[in-house]
Amino acid sequence: MIPELGHFALVLALLLAAAQSILPLVGAARGEVRGALLMATGPTTAIGHAVFVATAFGCLMWSFAVSDFSVENVYQNSHSLKPMLYKITGTWGNHEGSMVLWLLILALCSAAVAAFGQNLPATLKARVLAVLGMVATGFLLFTILTSNPFNRVWPLPENGQDLNPLLQDPGLAFHPPFLYLGYVGTAVAFAFACAALIEGRVDAAWGRWVRPWTLAAWCSLTLGIGLGSWWAYYELGWGGFWFWDPVENASLMPWLLATALLHSAIVVEKREALKVWTILLALLTFSLSLLGTFLVRSGVLNSVHAFANDPERGVFILILLAITVGGSLLLFAWRAPSLEPKGIFSPISREGSLVLNNLLFATACAVVFVGTLYPLFADLMFDAKITVGPPFYNATVFPVFVPLLVAMAVGPLLPWKRADLWAALARLRLAAAIVLAFAVLYIAMVDRRLLPALGFALALWVVLAAGTDLAERIRLGRIPLRESLARARGLPRGAVGGIIAHAAIGICLAGIAGKGIAPERITLMRPGEITTVGPHTLRFDGQRDIIGPNWRGTAGVLTLLRDGEPVAILEPQRRFYPVQRMATTEAAIRTSGIADLYAVIGETSAEGATVVRLHWNPLAPWIWVGTVLMAVGGLVSLTDRRLRVGAPARRRREAAVPAAAE
Amino acid sequence: MTRKRRRLWIVMLCALGLGTATALTLTAFEDNLVFFHSPSDLAAKQIPPGRNIRIGGLVETGSVDRATTGDGQLQIGFRVSDGAASLRVTYTGILPDLFREGQGVVAEGALTPEGTFRARQVLARHDETYMPPEVADALKRSGHWQPGEPPPPARDWNTLRPNAATPAGAGTARMTN
Repeated sequence: MIPELGHFALVLALLLAAAQSILPLVGAARGEVRGALLMATGPTTAIGHAVFVATAFGCLMWSFAVSDFSVENVYQNSHSLKPMLYKITGTWGNHEGSMVLWLLILALCSAAVAAFGQNLPATLKARVLAVLGMVATGFLLFTILTSNPFNRVWPLPENGQDLNPLLQDPGLAFHPPFLYLGYVGTAVAFAFACAALIEGRVDAAWGRWVRPWTLAAWCSLTLGIGLGSWWAYYELGWGGFWFWDPVENASLMPWLLATALLHSAIVVEKREALKVWTILLALLTFSLSLLGTFLVRSGVLNSVHAFANDPERGVFILILLAITVGGSLLLFAWRAPSLEPKGIFSPISREGSLVLNNLLFATACAVVFVGTLYPLFADLMFDAKITVGPPFYNATVFPVFVPLLVAMAVGPLLPWKRADLWAALARLRLAAAIVLAFAVLYIAMVDRRLLPALGFALALWVVLAAGTDLAERIRLGRIPLRESLARARGLPRGAVGGIIAHAAIGICLAGIAGKGIAPERITLMRPGEITTVGPHTLRFDGQRDIIGPNWRGTAGVLTLLRDGEPVAILEPQRRFYPVQRMATTEAAIRTSGIADLYAVIGETSAEGATVVRLHWNPLAPWIWVGTVLMAVGGLVSLTDRRLRVGAPARRRREAAVPAAAE
Repeated sequence: MTRKRRRLWIVMLCALGLGTATALTLTAFEDNLVFFHSPSDLAAKQIPPGRNIRIGGLVETGSVDRATTGDGQLQIGFRVSDGAASLRVTYTGILPDLFREGQGVVAEGALTPEGTFRARQVLARHDETYMPPEVADALKRSGHWQPGEPPPPARDWNTLRPNAATPAGAGTARMTN
């Protein structure tokens, strides 16, 4: 009964989404007065559509929670012995369920536009809702026609087939929701761009409306990618955190463009320049999000994430992709020339530096795009099976990022309109001197490899530059400390968020560079044998059997020794999930916050020796600390009054409140 | 600065960015593309030893052996077959969880002068019903998987014998009996 209710809710949502995509658009075309009634259907249908999708999602989650194996999707992806957390997160741990999650987030976004967009011009709001409705209609059709999560099975199976054990993990349980929140958030920016093209008007206010959505989407995408790479780090047991896998790239490409969009929207808001480019970025960012969905769901590319796939679905998403990209670019080609550019600026200025930022991010994205799709292209055109591996990306993305990181320090110090580069550089001389001294000392005393040294130096440079930016803004050292602190409290949240996010990039980069000097050791060990990795000494004390709720396995016992005395025990595991007949590796990680000791065990040879792989990863935790801080920076920036959707209205209310109190 | 000059600036910057991206991509492509070859490809073509390539196929049943090398490492050797030809592969390190005899496997590494394959990385991921696309393709080309038919069931892969001629149109399930 419950699954049928969910199915029915999904169909009702489709009808409402179809209405949402047509009626407000017609209303907006008729004009603000004559079309008012039709435009008023926008928010109503959007909220109704969200309620029904939420109902469907709730029904699916209920079926998973109570293990209703008469539902095909639950039968294929769940098991009665699975812990409750994974039963619930299993709702989106499969294709059908993840599509419903996609729909839910999209519906909630359009409901949020409907509910909180009171200060948007009526026609713009109607058009934004209509575009979101079109996207939702496409994906609802896709879900209902090709991947219905509520199909039943007969005869009733006794138990389920269980979720892929690699996905039964807290890191991956929350990776898809964040990633989808990011992907779908870019849909709102896309809708705003399409609506602006239809209106034929882009102004500073438009930039201010788009930015919070982009910012929120960017934060989620950052967290989603971070969670995914953290999962890869401790669950796949390869010791790395980023493999340039096509599906990882599929999430990185929208991130790169969303970062560019975030920065170019500032220029639109402050200077009313770069309008056409910003619109194009918004369209492309969402297109790449869709491409990401296509790559993951169709299985055209070989990757860790390619689960059982269905070509029919791939074709459907490809059609959706073609309609969205083709349609929006056509609209762009038709309407963009009518957008009059306004701002005029010199290349050396804040907006000039933001153009450079956009250029470099777009270049990085283009390079990743080519690397990700070339194997597909080569397969179709020349029938050659090719892999583009990490060396390609290292050789292409790093050279683009080096100037980006160098320039990123200078940009925030430049004033708008017209700037003096030397004045900005002079303010960075202290930072530059420290970085130079560090680089010389590091190469002379610690390590002679150039690339990690460059990474550390750039990381330090970025952090120090963020610090310089903050010190300049609060005039630290030039006015009494108390006044500086008062200024710090008065800084706009947007500026504080920017400083945090920029410093976070440096922290993350330090962690990545740390991986470049991390020693590893793969060795055969018999119980009682001792080995070393980095500064640590470990003794292998054999293996013991362990049993979990839906798996069994062995744990290797590695004792960390300091001066011959045991200080800690690491227990890397190998698990076997009998239902899926699949084995997984659980790495044991002991972190000090500054470095990780990482251990994995492999198979045991006939003579009783076990393969042990040990990594000592200096600064590795910083990769994720930096990622989280980036998102925190975004969130702080999001609380800036200026960006809040109802800001002007609130200001009026605030002005009114003291008057009433007096 | 006039609108025209600014436009010129932006166009020049874009050209610079595009040029850099193209140059970087092309030079990186030259060195870093990794081609996939099936064991029969390798038997037919001359691939110079030392070049980085990927190979793939099914791990032959009963071909996996383990030995301890002089420096205390565990070296694993196995044969990878596409049904028509097979190749010996050696690898030192931890094999992926899903490495099993009869399973599809992809390995990245280089040929040695002796004609065996030295793997730097062995990829066997996914669930056990998954077949890497390259392996599926190699099996199709060697006649062990008729196009248009479902892939041979995973549990039957280990009974695919190299050089076993497949009658045209015979179902894969029948072939394995």
